[in-house]
Amino acid sequence: MAASTESGAGMGAAHPGVSAAAPLALRIVAQCPVSKARACDLTLPHCTVNTPVFMPVGTQGTMKGITTGQLEDLGCQICLGNTYHLGMRPGPQLIEKANGLHGFMNWKRNLLTMVSLVELSEVTEEGVKFRSPYDGKEILLTPEQSISIQNSLGSDIMMQLDDVVSSTVTGPRVEEAMRRSIRWLDRCIAANKNPDRQKLFAIIQGGLSAELRRTCLEEMTKRDVPGFAIGGLSGGEEKDDFWKMVTLSTDHLPLHKPRYLMGVGYAVDLVVCVALGCDMFDCVFPTRTAPLASAL
Amino acid sequence: MRLELSRVVQGCRRGVLTGLGRSGGHSLELPGCLLYTRCASVPHLTHDTLHTLPHLPPVTQISLDSLAEHQEVLEEFGEGVAKFAGLHDTVLFCSLHDLATPRPSGYNTNKTVSVWGSGGRIELSAARYMALQAAIRPDWYQSLADGETPPSASRKRARKAVDRTLTHLDECLSLHHQTQELRGAEIFGVVEGGDVLEERPELRCQLIAGVTKELPEDKPRLLLGVGCPDEVLACVEAGVDLFESSFPFQVTERGCALCFSFNIEPDPESAVLERNGPQSDGERGAKTQDDPEQMTPFEMNLKDKRYRDDFRPLVAGCECYCCRHHQRAYLHHLLVTNELLAGVLLMLHNLTHYCGFFRALRGALESGRLQALRRRILQREGGV
Repeated sequence: MAASTESGAGMGAAHPGVSAAAPLALRIVAQCPVSKARACDLTLPHCTVNTPVFMPVGTQGTMKGITTGQLEDLGCQICLGNTYHLGMRPGPQLIEKANGLHGFMNWKRNLLTMVSLVELSEVTEEGVKFRSPYDGKEILLTPEQSISIQNSLGSDIMMQLDDVVSSTVTGPRVEEAMRRSIRWLDRCIAANKNPDRQKLFAIIQGGLSAELRRTCLEEMTKRDVPGFAIGGLSGGEEKDDFWKMVTLSTDHLPLHKPRYLMGVGYAVDLVVCVALGCDMFDCVFPTRTAPLASAL
Repeated sequence: MRLELSRVVQGCRRGVLTGLGRSGGHSLELPGCLLYTRCASVPHLTHDTLHTLPHLPPVTQISLDSLAEHQEVLEEFGEGVAKFAGLHDTVLFCSLHDLATPRPSGYNTNKTVSVWGSGGRIELSAARYMALQAAIRPDWYQSLADGETPPSASRKRARKAVDRTLTHLDECLSLHHQTQELRGAEIFGVVEGGDVLEERPELRCQLIAGVTKELPEDKPRLLLGVGCPDEVLACVEAGVDLFESSFPFQVTERGCALCFSFNIEPDPESAVLERNGPQSDGERGAKTQDDPEQMTPFEMNLKDKRYRDDFRPLVAGCECYCCRHHQRAYLHHLLVTNELLAGVLLMLHNLTHYCGFFRALRGALESGRLQALRRRILQREGGV
């Protein structure tokens, strides 16, 4: 695995064995003496993010009914966009013309893009195959394409394409997905054209198996990626299984890199997982709850 | 409330209403429009988005039909709708119906008028109507009226509407003086009588001019249900002072943005910008009367594919939040993906544009350039 260094100008010399991914600055401001909780300043291209942070989900380049001005007033420093949705509509070429997703939606702060795919997709070594909901055409999304789209979107943090299985699945498929996610991570790192300004996060997989999680952690932490996500959880598993996987992951993740726990958004889970050492969270909970006439 | 007319040009009244609201601290420039709401909330907007508007109409319109089924709640609350709905410091006008919402007809009787809430029909006697107004506590409200006189209505039906409305007005006025909660509120009488004459718009204006001629000079005239810019102009010439603003809302609901020009002093730069505007694309809605679903020539349809990669603001130089921050391509995307923000941004633009039109209209009356403004507005219809 060798990330391209050509575009890494201005980041200092790239040493052999050190990837071109500039370390993104994570300053630990305070640490809990009892738990693994920590407060950090995470420096990203558009502004510094104070963690622990909940990142609201703006799937299609907008936060449900809220202007970017209001989002700024709410103190939001980073929000999410969905690579798959935006890749389909309006498409990467158009967003590139609009100076990236920041320009398109007129958002001055940070963006994180992830690839969360439709349920009915078929995974091969090459990539994820799915049928377009708009024209019914079969589409193959490879790790390279997922990065290429995210390069067009210009997000500050990009997520690797991973092979996700539901946390309630057991058997050899879990290990296969974990191993494939590692191989796809390498392909994503190699495909990133802007490692200096777009930070690629790895996603730890391995289902509810401590052994598989450990293997994944060991492999992925060998890669010099700027941050890690804990994936494949929050899919209906028992809380007892869930927290064990979280704490196992944070035990093995490097201290000086941000940890992003995907799909967690209920208040109790947030507090518990902050105590277990996670820094970043996202969930559709608040944005999906409001249209159903519920207030938190 | 006091009306001061500063100019009357060819039937058009330029003036100001002062001493408005219970505190008497508000004023309203004429001709002008009210701020349209549904259930006492400006559609799509919250307090903070609403207040990005550069000029908010000082009078807010609510309609009684959307509030009638909440009578008990409002009575228990006891402080009126303005506070209940968290409205800003505004003058509240309560109309009987929301004319932007279609409703069934044929339910009015000699004693009652029906309105429709989400739970169905509510039959209002003058007493019930006034009890509701007492719970709503508007600053202005219209008297109970039988307005069911579509163009097909017979002369006999129109006559009946007039008689009923007059009876309702007398009852409302008498109850008004007995109602503590309505002390200081102003009541607007409703002129009914059908639009037997008005199949054609010129005739409608003649009819309105005929009515306004009979009305006292020193009281404001509010016309509900007319909002399209060309019709507003014609009705101002027929002596009308005030209009609703449901038109920009209807434009928003069909995914469109108001883009007609009301600038009568174009500098060379904006003349160029206008040539690049939507009218040069040959896409203009056909002007059809009285169909709120139908696009008018005063707007652009942002769902159209041509705006997919159009990185210009909706209207160059527009000072609304949407035009200052976003581009047509983004609005197109929000509309295509059915995102809630589309309605928010379009409503902000359309309201700003519409209020701007009324400001331009007042300016034209002051400077004696109404004909130039009329040419500017009507020019759009020809697809220049």
